[in-house]
Formats: sequence, C-alpha cells, structure tokens
Amino acid sequence: MRKASKTAVSNLITYGIVVVAYIVCQVLIENGQMTRALKGQLVPICVYVVMAVSLNLTVGISGELSLGHAGFMSVGAFAGTIASAWLLAAFQLENEVIRLILAMVVGGAAAGVAGVLIGIPVLRLRGDYLAIVTLAFGEIIRNVLNCLYISLDGARLHLGFLNPNLPGELMVNGPIGVTGIDKISTFAMGFALILFTLFVVLNLVNSRAGRAIMATRDNRIAAESVGIQVTKYKMMAFVVSAALAGMAGALYGLNFSTVTASKFKFDTSILVLVFVVLGGIGNIRGSVIAATVLTILPEVLRAFSDYRMLVYAIVLILVMLLTNSPILSNLVNRFYPRLHRRAREKGGEAA
Amino acid sequence: MSPKRMVDTKMVPVPSHSIVPERDLNKTPVLETRHLGIEFGGLKAVEDFNLTIGKTEIAGLIGPNGAGKTTVFNLLTKVYQPTTGTVLVNGKDTAGMNTMQANRLGIARTFQNIRLFGNMTVEDNVRIGLHNQVRYGMLTGIFRLPGYWKQERAQHEQALRLLSIFGMEDMAEVKAGSLPYGAQRRLEIVRALATHPSLLLLDEPAAGMNPHETEELMRNIIKIRDEFQIAVMLIEHDMNLVMGICEGICVLNYGRIIAKGTAEEIQQNPVVIEAYLGKQKEDAP
Repeated sequence: MRKASKTAVSNLITYGIVVVAYIVCQVLIENGQMTRALKGQLVPICVYVVMAVSLNLTVGISGELSLGHAGFMSVGAFAGTIASAWLLAAFQLENEVIRLILAMVVGGAAAGVAGVLIGIPVLRLRGDYLAIVTLAFGEIIRNVLNCLYISLDGARLHLGFLNPNLPGELMVNGPIGVTGIDKISTFAMGFALILFTLFVVLNLVNSRAGRAIMATRDNRIAAESVGIQVTKYKMMAFVVSAALAGMAGALYGLNFSTVTASKFKFDTSILVLVFVVLGGIGNIRGSVIAATVLTILPEVLRAFSDYRMLVYAIVLILVMLLTNSPILSNLVNRFYPRLHRRAREKGGEAA
Repeated sequence: MSPKRMVDTKMVPVPSHSIVPERDLNKTPVLETRHLGIEFGGLKAVEDFNLTIGKTEIAGLIGPNGAGKTTVFNLLTKVYQPTTGTVLVNGKDTAGMNTMQANRLGIARTFQNIRLFGNMTVEDNVRIGLHNQVRYGMLTGIFRLPGYWKQERAQHEQALRLLSIFGMEDMAEVKAGSLPYGAQRRLEIVRALATHPSLLLLDEPAAGMNPHETEELMRNIIKIRDEFQIAVMLIEHDMNLVMGICEGICVLNYGRIIAKGTAEEIQQNPVVIEAYLGKQKEDAP
C-alpha cells in the first residue's frame, strides 16, 4: 500500500510542522525572547488555524463556498463562555483545563446544531447562491446573538430574547455581549485543538466518508450514479466544519474578558476565506501556514504604523500573483526540478 | 420483426417479451419498462418505450443522433423522472426513486461524456464505486476505530481485483484525469462494476477508441457478463461492436422503438434502413 504510506507521510509532515512550531514558541517564551504583543497573538493564531482548516473542509474538500464561517465561530464562543461560567457556578469545576475542554465540546456541539439547521436549507443550493445564503445566515446569527440576554442565578441559567429583565447576574447582555469571562484559554490548549482538528479533517479525508465527500465535489451526477447519498455527505462536511469552528470560537471567547457578536462580522468570515485561498483550496497544510503567517503579519508590520494594512494588502496581492505565476514556477523548475515535480505530485494528491 | 408487429406491441397493454425471448422464460427480467415516456415542455423525447432485458443478456440500443438513447439511460437511472410508464428493476418498481436508490437496486452506468473523479487516483475512483459495499461510519473513519484498517485493506484488494479485469492495476496510483481517453472509459466501467450491479448501462463505451481497442472492449464486455453474471445494455454507434456482441438490439428513432430483434433481423429491417439512410425511393431532384 504505497499510496497509503505516502499520504501518511504527508500527514505526518503537517503534524510535525505544528509540533515544531509549538516547541519553538515555548522555547522563545521560556527565554523571554517573545514580545508581549506576539504572546497575546498566540491563542488567536491557534483559533484562526482551526478556523482555516475547518473552512477548508467545506470550501476545499466539499467544494461549497461558505461565507458565514464566523457565524459558527460566534455560536461556539457564546455557548463556550456560558458553559464555562455555568460549570464553575453549578459544579464548582475549578480545574481550568477540564472546564476549557468541556466548554469547547459545548461550543462545538452548539455550532454543530447550528450547522445542521442552516445546512438543511443552504445545501439545497449550489455555487454562488449557496455562498450568498451562508453569508446571510452568518449575519442572522450575529443579529440573533445581539438580542440575546442570559443570566446566571446561582446554578440556573435564564434566557431572554430582547428582554434584559432576568433574575440573577446578567452574563450575556445583548449588544454588549458576554462579560466577565474567566480567561482560561491557553496556548497549550490551542495547540491541542489544532492537533485535534488536523486529526479529524485529515482522517476524514482518507476514509469512506471523505472519499464520498470529494466524489460529490468532483462530479455530483457521477457520485449519485454510484450510489452515494450526496446530500448526506455534503451535510456531514458542513456540520463537522461548523462544529470545529464552534470549538475554535469557544477557545477564542475564553481568551478575552468580553466577547461581543460584532467581533464575528462578515469580514472575519472573509479573513478566514483568505487564509484558505492563500494556503491553497483543499490543501490543509497550506491553511495552517497561511493562517499563522497572516495573523502574525499585522503584528510584524507594526513598524509601518499607519501604512500597516496597506502593506498587508500588498503582501497578499504579491503572494497570490507569485504563487500563480508561470514564470516563477518555471524558475523553480529550472533550479530544483525534483522539488517542483514533488510539489506537483502532492498538489494532485491533495486536490 | 416487421413494422406491423411493432404496431401490435404498442396495443398490448403489458408487453413483456425480451428481445431474446428464451431468456425471460425461466428468470425474472433484470429490467422491464412499460410504456416509458418523458416529455420536455410538450416535446416527447421518449415515448412508449417497452423493453425487457433478461439476466445475463447483452442488449444494444441504437439509433440516429438525437433519437433519445441517452434519455432512455437517464430515465432508467432516474436522472429524469418519467412522465408516463414504469421501470421495474429486478421486479421492483422504481417510481419515485432517485439515482442513488436506482443504483442500490442494481443499475450502474457509464457516461457518454466521461464523468470520472479526475483529481483522484484510479484506485480511489474504484473505491468510491465500492462505497456501498463497505460499511463503516464517519466516526470509525475519523477515529480509526476497529474495523477501519480491515475494511480499508479489503476495499484496496477488491479495487485492484476489479481493475485487473482491464489490466489496469498498475495504474492504481495515477490521477484518473491524466489517463488516456480509452483508459478513462475503461475505468468508468470498472467504477460502475464496483457498485455490484445486476444491469450495467454503457453509454458509447467505444467512442474514441481505435479498432484494436474496440475489439478488446468487446471481449471484455463478454468477459464481464460471464464473470459477474450481469446483464449489459449499451448505446453504441460502432456497428461492428453492436452487431458483434449484442444478443438483442433495439432501434430507437424520434423517441420511439422502431425495431427490436437480433443483429440479422435488424440489419434487414427496412424501417431501420430507412431511419439510418433515408427512404429508398426518394425522387431525385
């Protein structure tokens, strides 16, 4: 089974990159060589890597352009922060690691449910129509969360919609969002979540279900003709992707003391889509690298102060142009023929 | 078969005679259509299509361009829902079913314009065909629960065994889209076979093949029929292939069956000759 081992090696490289990056970061932190600003970016980087990988499952593997990924992230963030507070109040669960894991599970489950509910109408559509409807649903989620009031009264949760008059202490306060969050997210847990996400997505791709998802993407009619339930597998990819985004959202929410729905606007969805496109649609490792680099880049570009976002945009354009440039790929081919050939083979395999 | 009898066929309420009659005496037919028809906005693309295919029969569906041959395949595989009539597969009515369900009942097909999963390897294409032969769920796949490795290996071996029908096991790791045209057509047949059908529909399997390849294809179709004990129905313009291997031939023109019979009967049928070549006694201008 040479092919299986080839895929396994490729996956191991992906895991390896993440593990090495984590160790390097830890060493830098130990030696005090990492700036405060960058340290503050570590958990968001993990969050965006998970977001990018999970969106790649929908966009790259399943082939449906989704523009509402931040919506699932916000559902996860709200559900996760509430779950964390409730677990502390109701069960005195002081252990932060267990509380964070449970919060992520709750966030993932809530986003998964949202994924099912949104997937039912959305996956009837195709192409551009699907993209626009996911965009609309992302906005709907944000607006619903803006009207949500939840209070914690001892161990009991009270839910109000457009109604802030609830017994106990208000946790979710409409447009003000979730306040008084116990910041329990850690870089180590973010790293663990990245590994979990990679594990889920890479293993899914190399399984019966993953092949059915990709078959549906490549040729819907042919997939149906060999007896694949197209809707089921589209839904599967969409829901798994939403659940992973929810887990990332929970990690994100528990990294700050307040979380508002306006943090998960349309531009967040687009940002994650940029990571996916830049890293290569369907290329999981590319998503990891692109999300990391593009999250750090604004920090690195602080030297340009006012022109920061301008430089960021120019870098984006240059990267897109260069990676698609035939002249550059010919140059690479000339100097590193082996590298080029391998890259091409890999590209074929990943897609 | 004379034109007169064809008219008779239309009058019989439930015609149930195979092209090759002796085949449906002892077994339930693999496929039976009764008054099958479809209209597209008033245009009757296929009308009153009655056909029975016995187990292990090789049947041909021929006719001039635009006669509705592929439409018949799309009706049988439920890509289109018929406006009239019924399709029975292994004696079961397929009314209201979709393509996926029709496949599970035992109809597999190839496409006139090849529809492979071009970005995936040859082996993965066959493995996708084996989708319903392997049974493990999403969670087993993700968390590599017991059964995953065993079933994956079984699937791998089965895929290679199916590919060996056409001697394609060496190409298992090649990207399907980069195969030569003839090999792509063969791979489509393998993928269809992987779904474990009782009726294999081939839409122009020899298109784009050279005479040598076509000859090999003919041998392979017979081999597949004998080895898997399935019925084959094919649309083809290559008359050598059709006349060479089809036990029964059905001629379609303007959406209607104009003749059914063996190769010799079809070749001598004046209605068929007229459909292909035009009327004999046309006045020259």
